[in-house]
Amino acid sequence: MIHQYKNNGYDIVMDVNSGAVHVVDDTVYDAVALLAEKLPEMDEPGPLPGELAAEVRQRLAREYGYGAQDIDDAMSDIQELIDAEELFTKDEYRDYVVDFKKRKTVVKALCLHIAHDCNLACRYCFAEEGEYHGRRALMSFEVGKKALDFLIANSGSRRHLEVDFFGGEPLMNWEVVKQLVEYGRSQEEIYNKKFRFTLTTNGVLLNDEIMDFCNREMSNVVLSLDGRKEVNDRMRPFRKGAGSYDLIVPKFQKFAESRGQMNYYVRGTFTRYNLDFASDVLHFADLGFKQMSVEPVVASPDEPYALQPEDLPQILSEYDRLAVEYIKRKKEGRGFNFFHFMIDLNQGPCVAKRLSGCGSGTEYLAVTPWGDLYPCHQFVGQEQFLLGNVDEGITNTAVRDEFKLCNVYAKDKCRDCFARFYCSGGCAANAWNYDGSITGAYDIGCEMQKKRIECAIMIKAALADEEEH
Amino acid sequence: MKKVKTLSSNTLKQSVKNGGCGECQTSCQSACKTSCTVGNQSCENPNR
Repeated sequence: MIHQYKNNGYDIVMDVNSGAVHVVDDTVYDAVALLAEKLPEMDEPGPLPGELAAEVRQRLAREYGYGAQDIDDAMSDIQELIDAEELFTKDEYRDYVVDFKKRKTVVKALCLHIAHDCNLACRYCFAEEGEYHGRRALMSFEVGKKALDFLIANSGSRRHLEVDFFGGEPLMNWEVVKQLVEYGRSQEEIYNKKFRFTLTTNGVLLNDEIMDFCNREMSNVVLSLDGRKEVNDRMRPFRKGAGSYDLIVPKFQKFAESRGQMNYYVRGTFTRYNLDFASDVLHFADLGFKQMSVEPVVASPDEPYALQPEDLPQILSEYDRLAVEYIKRKKEGRGFNFFHFMIDLNQGPCVAKRLSGCGSGTEYLAVTPWGDLYPCHQFVGQEQFLLGNVDEGITNTAVRDEFKLCNVYAKDKCRDCFARFYCSGGCAANAWNYDGSITGAYDIGCEMQKKRIECAIMIKAALADEEEH
Repeated sequence: MKKVKTLSSNTLKQSVKNGGCGECQTSCQSACKTSCTVGNQSCENPNR
């Protein structure tokens, strides 16, 4: 499968199945497009069929006006790429991934809902101000301890175990967070495991003691903030209505500095109210943050702040605008990392990881304050997805198996999509919310994902260009 | 090649040989929590 596009002056050709990415000139770009109309994916590299090559040469000359030497060089380069198995390759992973998914899975990550309560009243909160369709509650140390024991017991030979302290707002149950970290550390040597703790917080209760603890113990922290003051305060007020920006920003700035501007993300949500969200990302950069993510809201389509299909052109052009500024600032020595523009083309995840999905319901589980297990934080409180609990383990194996077999090839909409090796089939919860099936797709999300990947690759091309000159 | 600059070779195909160890980070456990993204994650297999 070939995907090709032009962005910011770069002609990019992706050979999706092999993972090869090429920056080409216009002649090669047009030649590949003409060849792709008729050339099937190739089992083995071989010479281009003579008749097709002649037809493409002719069309490049007649319809596009390219000169003979130009066309010769382009066709020669294309043949070289085919010979290197970097163009027109076949998708050979289907059986491999299906077998991979059938293997015995282990649990490697938990999202601990340490507090189903919150001191903010964010308007888009999928957790309904922390309560997740239920009552307010804090996780006890006993439940958390059982969750960590469950994780250790079900993690097989995997050494690294991930535990995210999530909410609601986890700092509302801070003593239990500290106790669980201490307990987890005490088990590491016994079981030859290494915990990677992370924390997702709104920052309201953040203080020096918490920052010091996190800097010692948390491998990553996610700091929730939406961007510009007016944008943030509209959607992230306190329960009585006051904005949270002024209280939180100085704390987050201090926290980010205290971590050496690494191993954290300032993470915002954009909605229909700030479709110019590139300005919010740049606002983070202007505040001095170096690691950031701004993500589309997950919401029922009838909410006034929900993204609508007609918003897509503006959203996509915002990613383009952000990408251009991103390159500019990198070149000026004041660059930053935007989560969705980070891409590792050479040492990134293996194909098994790329095609097998996010792991929700199998490798990754969410734990409620009462110890119930759900496929992920987004499904918490939806009874049909209840998987079991920390005492008995997974008892609802039917739902578990549905998630287990969820992979890119199980999704009709992913089969012909170039992005499938980068998004892994997308978010199961989004698919459920919008398509009524975890093997469905959230179309607006797909369009955004594709644009982000295109921008990320273009940025690589632009920065590689800069290095050469 | 005169007209092509390759940013990435056939890394996916190569990764079939030594991939699948599962030590990498769970994708949702990173920054996002709402959108599955794996292209930006690191491989933790030193033998790949």
